[in-house]
Amino acid sequence: MERKSPAFTVFIYACALLLAAIILAPIAWLFIMSISPAADLAAKPLRWWPGAADFSRYQQLLSTAENSAGAAFIASLRNSLEIAGMATLAALALAIPAGWAVSRTPAIGWSLSMVIATYMLPPVALAVPLYMGLSHLGLLNNVFGLALVYLTILAPFTTWLMKSGFDSIPREIEAAAMIDGAGLFQTLRIITLPLAAPVMATSALFAVLLAWDEFFYALLFTSDQRAKTLTVAIADLAGGRVSDYGLIATAGVLAALPPVLIGLVMQRALISGLTSGGVKG
Amino acid sequence: MSSTWMTTRAWLLMLPLLVVMVAVIGWPLVDTVGLSFTDAKLVGTGGNFVGFDNYTNMLSSSNFSRTLVTTTLFAIISVAAEMVIGVLAALLLNQEFRGRAVLRALMILPWALPTVVNATLWRLIYNPEYGALNAALTQLHLIDAYRSWLGEPGTALAALIVADCWKNFPLVALIALAALQAVPRDITAASLVDGAGPFNRFRFVILPYLAGPLMVALVLRTIEAFKVFDLIWVMTRGGPANTTRTLSILVYQEAFSFQRAGSGASLALIVTLLVTLLAVAYAALVRKTAGSAA
Repeated sequence: MERKSPAFTVFIYACALLLAAIILAPIAWLFIMSISPAADLAAKPLRWWPGAADFSRYQQLLSTAENSAGAAFIASLRNSLEIAGMATLAALALAIPAGWAVSRTPAIGWSLSMVIATYMLPPVALAVPLYMGLSHLGLLNNVFGLALVYLTILAPFTTWLMKSGFDSIPREIEAAAMIDGAGLFQTLRIITLPLAAPVMATSALFAVLLAWDEFFYALLFTSDQRAKTLTVAIADLAGGRVSDYGLIATAGVLAALPPVLIGLVMQRALISGLTSGGVKG
Repeated sequence: MSSTWMTTRAWLLMLPLLVVMVAVIGWPLVDTVGLSFTDAKLVGTGGNFVGFDNYTNMLSSSNFSRTLVTTTLFAIISVAAEMVIGVLAALLLNQEFRGRAVLRALMILPWALPTVVNATLWRLIYNPEYGALNAALTQLHLIDAYRSWLGEPGTALAALIVADCWKNFPLVALIALAALQAVPRDITAASLVDGAGPFNRFRFVILPYLAGPLMVALVLRTIEAFKVFDLIWVMTRGGPANTTRTLSILVYQEAFSFQRAGSGASLALIVTLLVTLLAVAYAALVRKTAGSAA
C-alpha cells in the first residue's frame, strides 16, 4: 500500500475543505438570504449572519390569501406538480412497453436510436411549430398542453432507461414462466414488471426532475397563473422589480427543496443512472 | 413462436411511443424546415415562399457571427473548466479521508438544484448593489468600489461561465469517480513498484480507464453548453450590449420577440445542424478513444 506522508494528508484535508466550501457556500448563502431581515441584506458592509432568523417570507409565499405574492407562488407550485406528474405518467406509459420491446427484439433497436438522437435537437428547432400547434388546439397556457410538450424531453430519456433496465432482467425467467403455461401479458405482469420496479422508480424520478427543471417551453407556452410553472415564476421574480431579495431567495429554496431531497435520498440510484451514460437534459 | 410475429409484436408495443414522438418532434421539425423558406410571422396566416433568403440573410449577418463566437467561447471555456475541475475533484474523492462519504453526497446538490434557481442564486450573488461577491471582495479589500458583474461587457460572460461551472462540474466529478473506482488496485500498486511517478501514473495507468466515460460526459456537456438558454435568459437576457447573447437566445428573439417565425426557423435549423455536426465529430472521437483504451 502507498505510504502517505503527513504533508500529503494535510494537503488532502485542505483540498477537501476547499471543495466542501465551493459546493456549500452558494447554497448556504441562498438559505441565509431567505431568513435574513431585509435591512441586513441591504446593509453595507453586508451582514453575513442575520441578527435574528426571520421565517416570515416562507409564510408569505405559502399563504393562500387572494392576490398576494403567495397566491401566485402556490398556483405555480401546483402547476409544476401537475405538469411533472402528468408528463411522468405519460412518459412511463409509453416507455415501459417500448423499452421492453426493444430490449427483447434488438432488430427494432434502430427506432429507439432515432428517438434518442432527438436529444441533440435544440428546443428552439421545435418551438415555433409547437407554439402554432398548441395555439391551434387551444392548449397554450394550459397544463395539459405543456405536459404534452414535455414528452419531447421525458419520453426518449425514460424509454432508454427502461430498455437498459429490461436488458438486465434475463429473458430466461420469462421463457420459464411461458413454458409453465403463462401467457405473454400474464408473464409480464407477474414476472417482468415487478422485477423492473426499481428501474421504473428511477425513471420516474429522473422524469420528475427533468420536468421540474424545464424552463424554455414553459416560458414560451404559458402566460398566467393558470399554467405558469415554478421556474417561470422564479424567473419573473428575479427579473422583476421585487425590492426584497430575500423573497426571491425564499422562492428559490422552496423550488429547490423537492429535487434536492430526491437527489440526496436517491443518490445511489441516480448516480448509477447518470454514470451509465444518461445525463439530465 | 415465429420471429415475424415477435417483430410485429415489438413494433406494436413501440407504436404509442413512435406516434407521440412523430406528433411532438417529427412533425414540428418538418414544419420548421418548411417555415424556414417563408417570411411567415408568428401570428397570422402563413407567409410567402422566399427560397433560401432567410438562410443567406442570417449567415451573412454580423449578429449571427458574433453570437456564434459568443456561444463557442461559452461552450469551450465552461466545458473545459468543468472537465478539469471535475476530474481533480474525483481524484480527491478517490482518496481515503474522514468525511469523504459526506462530501460525495454533497456533490449531488448543485446538480439537483434547478437551473433557474441556480441562475437566480448567482444573479443575487453578482448583484451590483447588495450582492455577496461585491461585499466579500470589498471586505477583503480586493476591490474599492462595488461593480456590476453582469452589467459590464467585460465581466458578464465570465460571470455566467462561473455559474455554469459551479452547477455542472459535480456531475463530471461523479462520472469520473465511478470510473476511478473501477481501476483495479493491483494495477496502481504494480505501477508504484515499477517506480512510476504521480504524473506518469495518472497519464498511463489511470487516464485510460477515465477516457471512455469522460468522452461521454464531454459530448453531452458540450451539446448542452451549445444549446444554453435558461441560465443566460435569467441572468442577463443576452446583455449587456449583446455580449452574452448565445444562439438559442438569438433564435428566441428572432422568432418570438420580433415574431419573425420564418427567419427564426432558419436560424434554429442552422443551430441544429451545428449541434449535429458536433455530435457526429464527437461520436467518431468516442469510438476511437474506446478502441484505443480497450
